Formats: sequence, structure tokens, C-alpha cells
Amino acid sequence: MTQVKGKKTTKASKGSNGLDLATYRQWYETMVRVRKFEERALKMYSINKIRGFLHVYIGQEAIAGAITSALRPTDPIATAYRQHGIALSRGISSDLCMAELFGKATGINKGKGGSMHFFSKEHYYFGGNGIVGAQIPIGTGIAFAEKYKGTDNICLTMYGDGAARQGALHESFNMAMTWKLPVLYVVENNHYAMGTSVTRTSNVIDLQKQALSFEMPNSSVDGMDVMKVHYAMAEAAAHVRSGKGPYLLEIKTYRYRGHSVSDPAHYRTKEELNTYKEQDPINQFRDYLIKHNLLKENELEAIDKAILEEIDAAEAFAEESPFPDPAELYTDNYVEKDYPFITD
Amino acid sequence: MSRQITLRDAINEAMVEEMRLDDSIFIMGEEVAEYNGAYKVSKGMLDEFGPNRVIDTPIAELGFAGIGVGAAMNGLRPIIEFMTWNFAVLAFDQIVNNAAKTLSQSSGDFSCPIVFRGPSGSAGQLAQQHSQTFESWLANCPGLKVISCIDPADTKGLMKAAIRDNDPVCFMESESYYGFKGEVPEGEYLVPIGKAAIRREGTDVTIVSFNKMMEVVKAAAIELEKEGISAEVIDLRTIRPMDYETIIKSVRKTNRIVVVDESWPFAGISSEVTYAVQKHAFDYLDAPVTRVNSADTSLPYAAVFVEEFLPNPAKVIAAVKAVMYR
Ligand SMILES: Cc1ncc(C[n+]2csc(CCOP(=O)(O)OP(=O)(O)O)c2C)c(N)n1
Ligand SMILES: [Mg+2]
Repeated sequence: MTQVKGKKTTKASKGSNGLDLATYRQWYETMVRVRKFEERALKMYSINKIRGFLHVYIGQEAIAGAITSALRPTDPIATAYRQHGIALSRGISSDLCMAELFGKATGINKGKGGSMHFFSKEHYYFGGNGIVGAQIPIGTGIAFAEKYKGTDNICLTMYGDGAARQGALHESFNMAMTWKLPVLYVVENNHYAMGTSVTRTSNVIDLQKQALSFEMPNSSVDGMDVMKVHYAMAEAAAHVRSGKGPYLLEIKTYRYRGHSVSDPAHYRTKEELNTYKEQDPINQFRDYLIKHNLLKENELEAIDKAILEEIDAAEAFAEESPFPDPAELYTDNYVEKDYPFITD
Repeated sequence: MSRQITLRDAINEAMVEEMRLDDSIFIMGEEVAEYNGAYKVSKGMLDEFGPNRVIDTPIAELGFAGIGVGAAMNGLRPIIEFMTWNFAVLAFDQIVNNAAKTLSQSSGDFSCPIVFRGPSGSAGQLAQQHSQTFESWLANCPGLKVISCIDPADTKGLMKAAIRDNDPVCFMESESYYGFKGEVPEGEYLVPIGKAAIRREGTDVTIVSFNKMMEVVKAAAIELEKEGISAEVIDLRTIRPMDYETIIKSVRKTNRIVVVDESWPFAGISSEVTYAVQKHAFDYLDAPVTRVNSADTSLPYAAVFVEEFLPNPAKVIAAVKAVMYR
């Protein structure tokens, strides 16, 4: 892990960079929570407790970690279907997330959303969207509403390298820049959209450059390093919060698994995967913490153990929870309570 | 001679055979080339036809659908694959505002011979955005033809007819039935667009359906037979133009009809069939036209909702018994 220059991070106490040990701990915990949660979800999928699509975030956890420190908890977030990690980083509990995957009435969305669609107003979490790129204008609109209401919240709008090729991106960037909307666009460039390498989808491979035709400020950061992601995101967020309008941050990352559980990922080499695994965000940060004497091996093990217990408890909670009442099919379609559905 | 092949392979054969015959045909869409198709429908096509005719696109449905329309106006015969029709919603502008209207706008000067194809309908616990049917949305639009079929043999013949057709065709397949096997004839044949198929002859009640609901209807018909009810089962195959004649003829014989349609009830295919039947077979009806649709709601994730939402044999049997007053 490389230190960001000028940022003092070796002190356990709060340093000039505004970070303290609690933040490091929070990053580590968040990353481990996301990893362990999804490893368990994959296992649960394999025994049919979870069905439908399951897109995991494994390899990309540094971004989830950095969100906990670079943004305020009241900054809204809109993202895509690869979203368990973002929801967890927002503080939605492992219990509620796992129960949702199990399709249980106790899930964060009562078993109605499943893996792709967690939403929580309480957590300023505007959900996982299953239509590639759809959240780009939606996140822009969430930012529009923050500005309209006169808050100083900014909307984190996240999308993938595949979504970057949707037309709605250009329309959104243009309006966000024209109206100086408080939106922080984060493109999670994990280098693949399903089986398609980002290099095969455009002449422009550096996704940060998509901001250039709108003269939107932009930068790119190594997404395997939670600290770098934090600094890059915090700097971008400060720009947006100051009222200067949107910012595009490209985070270069990698998903270790296939696109979803059904994808064997034959389109990439083992070597490529291993290059990223060698920079694994959790291992890398763990080594850093130990090397700089910030957290000891046994302290980290205690965190790992506590998280595993949390995941065990989440699994038990999900397992023991009831399935929704089928009559719930007719709730939440309209706000209006006695809406006259066609039932023939 | 015939053999058992899957729906997936039947569609593949149709496209491959037509592409061998006509250089102006190409296929374009997400993951169609190097990945051999998200559902392997285009398997082997890149190898055979090369990257000029089997083309991977970025995720840009509106753009590549429009590129298809432009290419069709300029002498080519595109096949545009949507990974699912749910994503084609982004491309509706090009399908509805351009593909469907080019001939009219240009007073017949420019036609738009294009096939938009992909799976439609629910496919398990995929939740709200990934579980929709689109037959009625597109069949509502003059200028388009709409086919929706899972029978491998018929789908192959219809796909070949669609590719040769000089008007834009929206072809709806089924994600959960790509592995569905059926007898498919060897050699060259076409199935005409606009003709329904009587899958089972019967005397007591007509059941009309299409796409994967045909399997629900077949299962119901077998059960009904055990109870002494003889159902005539019609597979629409083509939604627009609809084969009203076959439906009406059947109803005049059986005097009762149940329409089974995975779409939502409001202004759906079932409503269209119902209108035609009351208009053209009013005096023959012994019971109100009855339909079985998916619920009038979005489809949430949990299994209990999928079960509750979709038509199933039990619901079809109940509807048939209702029109039989049994
Ligand atoms: C509009 C639309 N088109 C296609 C799909 C099918 N699809 C789902 S995810 C995906 C790839 C998206 O890749 P990317 O944006 O890079 O995100 P990642 O999966 O890498 O997180 C595709 C093609 C979809 N859900 N929505
Ligand atoms: Mg990607």
C-alpha cells in the first residue's frame, strides 16, 4: 500500500489528514463484512436459499470502505445491481440484507427486491438499479432535489464501465454541468461488462475522459487501495459540496468472480485475475495496518471473528424469518391504499 | 426426417441458414459474438461469419437499435438481439418512432426490413425490472409485426420468415425455455407469419395462448381431459397480425373460450382476443369470455410472489370450469 503524499497516516491518533484509528478500523471492518457477507451469500445460493441473480462485489470492497469516510451518512447514494457492498457500507445491517436475499418478509425490502434492489430511505440509500445505466440520470435527479431543497448534501451516483456506454450518461453529465448539480459520479471500472472487456466497447478506454466534453473535473484512482480511494473520493466530494457542480471519479477495480453466479468468466485469464488478487484490498490494508503498528494481528483477528459471528447470525436470522404473505403482491404498487386492481 | 433440438438451437439454425443465403443479414447486440450470446443463442456464429456480420455492441440499446434501423433503410437486413426485451425499452424510440414509421413517413420509399429479437417474460425470481412481457406494448403499434413463440420447430420457421420479411418484426422468445426441446424438421421450411396453430383439437372449450404459457395450457388440457372436458388449444404464435379467423372458427365450435396470457390484464393480448370474440362470435358464446393473466402488479423477488403472480395450470383449470359452469 502506497502512502498518499503529504498525508500522514502512520499515527494512531487523529492526524493532519483528519483520519484516525477509528476510521481505519471502520474501513477494515466494512471491507471484511462485505467480503464475508457475499462469500456466505454465494454459499447460500449454492444450496438454493437464494435464487434469481446474484452479482457479487468481491474484489471491489475498497470502494465500500472508502464510502464510509469520504461521504457524509446523509449524502444520498444511487447505484446498480452489484450493490450489497454499498448497502452494507451505508449501515444497512447484515441481517436485513441477508433476509432480503433469502426473500424473507424481514428483509430490507420485505423480500420484494432481492439481490439487485435494496432501498432504504433511512440510510439515504436510493437503491440498486437493474437496468444498466438507469441510475445515472436518477442520481442526477436526486442531486437536483438536494440543490432545490437547499441542502449541502451531494449524491454519489455509481455505475460500471458497461453502463458508461449508455446514452443517458451524456445527457446527465450535460445537464448536471449546466445546472451545477451536486452529484459525484463514480464509475467503477472493473474492466468488464459481463463478458465484454472495456477495451472492446469504445475508442476511449480511460473512462474519466468522458467528463472532458462537458469540461467536468475528473480524476482516476487505484481502486484496490482503500486509502487512495478515500482521498480521491473525499477530494471529489469536497469539490461537489462547495457548489461547483459535478465531478467524475473513475475507480479502477476488479471483480474476482464472474458477472453473476451463472458466468464462468472464461473471457479473462487466470494471470490477470491473479494480478488483482495480489493487490487484494483487504489483505493489502491488513498488511499496512500491521506494518505500521496501527492494529495488531490479534486485534484484526478479533474483528474477523466478530464479523463472522455477525454473518452467522445474519444467516440464522434469514433462515428463521418467515416468507412474505403472498397477498403482499398487491401492496406497494400504488401509494393509494385501496387502488382498484384488475382481478377479473 | 426430424430430430429433437432445443429452442435455442432452432433459433440459431434459422439465423445461420438465412445468413448463409443472404450476405446483407448481420446480427448485432450485447455479448452476441465473443461470448456466443448471453443465452448461447448465437453460438458459433462469430466463428462462421466473422466480426463484420456478428457484432458485439456496448450496452447502448437505443444506439444500436437505431443503427439497425439506419442500416435497414440503407439496404441491409439486420437482426438486433436484445439480451432481454426488458432492456429493449430503452430502444422503443427507434422501434416505435422509426422502424414502425419509416415506410409511412417516406410514402413507401424506404422500408425497414429488420428483426428485433430476444427473450420476453418472467424467468424465475428476477424481480420487477427483469420479469416483463412486451407483446401487447409493441403489437399496439401499426407498422410492426410481433411474433411470440417457444415451440422449436415453429420458432425456426417463423424466425426464417421474419428475417425474410420486408417489414420490421419484433420476435419474442423465452429465457426459461431456451433449453426446451421439440421435434424440428430437417431441411428448409418456413412457417407463415400471422397464422395460429391448433395444438390440440377439442370440442368443449377453446383455450388461446402463446409463448411459454402454452406449456401451462397443455398441462391444464391434459388434466381437464381426465375430468371429461375436451379443450381445443390454440397457439397464437404470431401476435400481430393476429389470426382472428382460427380463434373465431374454434369458438363457433366450442362456444366457450379462455385466454391465457402472461401479460398484465390491462389492454393486453387477452383484451384484444376478447374484443374480437364478442364481436364476431357473440351469438355462439355460452359463457363470458374469460382470461387468465399475470397479476395486475409488478413482480417482486420472493418465490411466493412468482407463484402468486403467474398463470398456472390450476388457475387455467378453474377458469375453464367457470366457463363450463362446472
Ligand atoms: C439496459 C440494460 N442492458 C443490458 C442489461 C444486462 N446486463 C446486466 S449487467 C450488464 C453488464 C454491466 O456491466 P458494468 O456496467 O460494467 O457493471 P458490472 O457488472 O461490471 O458491475 C449487462 C449487459 C441490463 N441489465 N440493462
Ligand atoms: Mg464492469
